[in-house]
Amino acid sequence: MSHQNILGKQYVMEELISINNLSFGYGESTLHKNINMKFSRGKVSAIMGGSGCGKTTILKLIAGQLQPKSGEIVVDGQVVHDQGREGIYNIRRKMGMLFQHGALFTDLNVFDNVAFPMREHTNLPENMIKDLVLLKLNAVGLRGAQKKMPSELSGGMSRRVALARAIALDPDIIMYDEPFAGLDPISMAVICDLIRSLNDALGATSIIVTHDVAETFSFADYIYFLADGEVAAEGSPKQLLASKLPFVRQFIHSEKDGPVPFHVDAPAYGVDLQL
Amino acid sequence: MNNLLNIIAGLGSSFRSKMIRLGAGTRLFFLIIIYSADSFKRIGLTIREIYFTGVLSLVIIVVSAFFVGMVLGLQGYYTLEKYGSSEAIGVLVALALVRELGPVVTALLFAGRAGTAITAEIGLMKATEQLSAMEVMAVSPIARIIAPRFWAGMISMPILATIFSMVGILGGYFIAVLVIGVDEGAFWSQMQANVDFSNDIVDGAIKSIVFGFACTIIALFEGFDAPPTAEGVSRATTRTVVISSLAVLGLDFILTSFMFV
Repeated sequence: MSHQNILGKQYVMEELISINNLSFGYGESTLHKNINMKFSRGKVSAIMGGSGCGKTTILKLIAGQLQPKSGEIVVDGQVVHDQGREGIYNIRRKMGMLFQHGALFTDLNVFDNVAFPMREHTNLPENMIKDLVLLKLNAVGLRGAQKKMPSELSGGMSRRVALARAIALDPDIIMYDEPFAGLDPISMAVICDLIRSLNDALGATSIIVTHDVAETFSFADYIYFLADGEVAAEGSPKQLLASKLPFVRQFIHSEKDGPVPFHVDAPAYGVDLQL
Repeated sequence: MNNLLNIIAGLGSSFRSKMIRLGAGTRLFFLIIIYSADSFKRIGLTIREIYFTGVLSLVIIVVSAFFVGMVLGLQGYYTLEKYGSSEAIGVLVALALVRELGPVVTALLFAGRAGTAITAEIGLMKATEQLSAMEVMAVSPIARIIAPRFWAGMISMPILATIFSMVGILGGYFIAVLVIGVDEGAFWSQMQANVDFSNDIVDGAIKSIVFGFACTIIALFEGFDAPPTAEGVSRATTRTVVISSLAVLGLDFILTSFMFV
């Protein structure tokens, strides 16, 4: 979004998405407390943290699928949860999202899955849609699988088709929910490479939710660590590798005990064993 | 005293949760109406669903109808013969089918065949995040998934009920005329004279439209509301059959008491 500064010159806001003092929870419970995050244009940012810490929920909040309890989420200058249905749909048209298991439409083949957003949101003629779909599938290396059904694809291939669908309309924002979960090392390397190259080629802003340290640290520009509903640490991969914070060290070095305890809260062992 | 209070509280809580679900179902219906215009822009989606819910239900409908018609022919003949009026078998078969069995049995079969398929499909789409993916792509799942299935059910059900009645009458004809030997002229002429278009056929059609609405909206709501787990989808599918069947039988009694008194 471009703005005019006091000298009348056009400038572009550096952050495409900003989360300000966000609190969220289901019912009485609180999942996030006073979270602040900024996602810069053209950068690949990651949100990391243990399972169940609310990483995916942040993506759903950005997409306007959930309402925060307090605070705000601003996407391209617009407060997401202040929008009506049409406003939220307009914001979502700028987004592409890769779901954890691909979420491909099982009744459509690979080609039609990628063509889906184009057919829904544009009036392009079918021959042009065909060219664009083949272009996107070629970018993820799956042009040869265009006639296959989702049930015929491996986990890695499904993820790549879903990625082609997510970038079908050249979105400004691409969100990835656990893109590496359950993938073999080769597929993982392919997805890593695609996330970085597509982000740079499209000039997009990418947000990755993940707990895979090695892959994320190899290509992300900026990383947020979530713990206990708060941002526990943030910085570039280099800064976080040098961090002395116990939680960050435990997470990065995969230590089984530390600030995140191995044991869930429980009464004394002897009490449970009735000794 | 405490036990009594607990029982009353339990009943109240159960009633409240059922009312909440009824409200959510009603809200879904109004959303379907609102999004139907969007949905009709891609009429191919509704036609595709008519194929899945209507055309693919034809086999079970036709086969069941023929057997029901044959049983009606046999039972009707044995009873009417005692009173020397076996020629009235055509009227008995036709009225039983057009007024009651056509709409009711078709609705029960429709709930079992198409309703469960709708609930399971939508429940699984929810569990595999396909509905969420659609939402994030700024495509309304109500317009794209729910509304076409609703209108397909509303269109298919009366047609299936009509086919059921027609095939059932042929089943009755086969047994009464071709097997037992009742006079063919009496079979058809008595039917023609005693089956009234506006009182019998139209009322039967109204029943099938009401049942089609009930079965389809229940199947859609159960799928849309199902917890996104294997167990959740399984329970939702079971609920579709149970609630649809009870709704059809209950509505049939209410409609019959208004229509044929």
